[in-house]
Amino acid sequence: MRLLTAPVLHFLEELGHFLTLLWRMLAWTPRRPWDVHQLVRQMQRVGVASLPVILLTALFTGGVLALQTFSVLARFNAERYVGSLVALSMVRELACVLGGLVIAGRSGSAMGAELGTMRVTEQIDALEVMGADPVHYLMVPRVWATVVMLPLLIAVSDAVGIFGGYMVSVVLMGANPVSYMETTFQYMELQDLLSGLVKAAVFGLLIAMIGCYQGYTTSGGAEGVGQATTRSVVLASIAIFISNFFLTKALF
Amino acid sequence: MAVAERRKVKIRLQDVHKAFGPKVVLDGIDLEIVEGESLAIIGGSGTGKSVLLKHMIGLLRPDSGRVEVDGIVINELSYREIAAFRRRFGMAFQEGALFDSMTVRENIAFPLTRERRHSRTEIGRRVAECLEEVGLTEAADKMPSELSGGMRRRVGFARAVAAKPDILLFDEPTTGLDPVTKETIDTLIVELSERLGSTTITISHDMVSVFRIADRVAMLFDGKLIAMAPPEEFRRLDDPRVRRFLRADAQPATV
Repeated sequence: MRLLTAPVLHFLEELGHFLTLLWRMLAWTPRRPWDVHQLVRQMQRVGVASLPVILLTALFTGGVLALQTFSVLARFNAERYVGSLVALSMVRELACVLGGLVIAGRSGSAMGAELGTMRVTEQIDALEVMGADPVHYLMVPRVWATVVMLPLLIAVSDAVGIFGGYMVSVVLMGANPVSYMETTFQYMELQDLLSGLVKAAVFGLLIAMIGCYQGYTTSGGAEGVGQATTRSVVLASIAIFISNFFLTKALF
Repeated sequence: MAVAERRKVKIRLQDVHKAFGPKVVLDGIDLEIVEGESLAIIGGSGTGKSVLLKHMIGLLRPDSGRVEVDGIVINELSYREIAAFRRRFGMAFQEGALFDSMTVRENIAFPLTRERRHSRTEIGRRVAECLEEVGLTEAADKMPSELSGGMRRRVGFARAVAAKPDILLFDEPTTGLDPVTKETIDTLIVELSERLGSTTITISHDMVSVFRIADRVAMLFDGKLIAMAPPEEFRRLDDPRVRRFLRADAQPATV
């Protein structure tokens, strides 16, 4: 019995700590001093610096989607729907999930490692001693930067993914460019676009909060920092997959 | 503690207990620190010296007991009140704990900019002053990663004194340094505390350095303070645990 309950209790305890930290982050958000400089810096790190890798991901995902759907849809003479399928899959699902995973690997891990290092070298204690709340100073800008930047990245990646699909269909598969573009937007509604962006914002919150939580609670030197970094990525990825299911269920 | 009766008590700990899970770290600490004195707390590694220090500054809260600073019981304050209260403290961390994303100058300016009541020129002047006090004027624009261990600690000291606190805390200031640098650091601790007229608490397991800087030495053992005396008296104490610690320290360190 103990063997069964112990992990559950441990999970609930961690969840409790996580939610407390989330609450502190929210409570500190409106308080002064507003560190705009830090916020911009984090937005640059999470957003602008991630652009190339996000674009590559989207371009090739759009391309492979076109390849796959072309060969499958050709089996029942429905090639003309490739455009719709690529666009809807990108916008509703793939851009935000894959983009979220890339950002979890890129920025979530960086947050875990950075805050973890700051924890084990007592820099977080030093902040606290000098009257700067670490949640306010470190977490608030990181979390909000990610929540804002991830949807923006995903919006760009929607467009790039559709472009990738277009290139593959038109150049490689010889589809008619005009009718391809037509079918791309024919069945798309604003809601499809918005749901993807809402999901991206939630993923951004999860990625940054998990990375910061892991870093903030690091202990045990260099090894601990390594573990925090790994956990930041693994847990954020799992959180993305699970929350994606429930968000999709709720949003459609 | 005849001195303690006459002068104002700056920090008072009463029956402080603290455990992490099953591990009892502080097991009933009673301690009075008088304004302006320099107290050193010694003890082996992992005996909870840092934990004790973190209680004084409110980074950790006791499981039971009271921590009083300037007559205010800080373990009853709210989170925000404690944050404001910490302005009275300056703390130098073991390895410096400098913010490695900032230059030396920005590190030292940090506590001042957070107070948000100094002008830019005032801050600049104070930073220059602090850098001069620790003899690192030329390192102002370096990054912490470019500094040696001893220099990093001196920058940490400069940052600790920047806001002119009345209480200075030093966490293992000389651990891992060569004897010459150690002496410089010890001298610096004495100078900085005298200049500020601060109450100074130093944690150490380095007896040579403790005898140089402290007015009073306390020893932590098994979560309790087992001895407290001025340095010369402390050296002559009969307690076998103290004797053992002094003997072990006199021999070359074996790691």
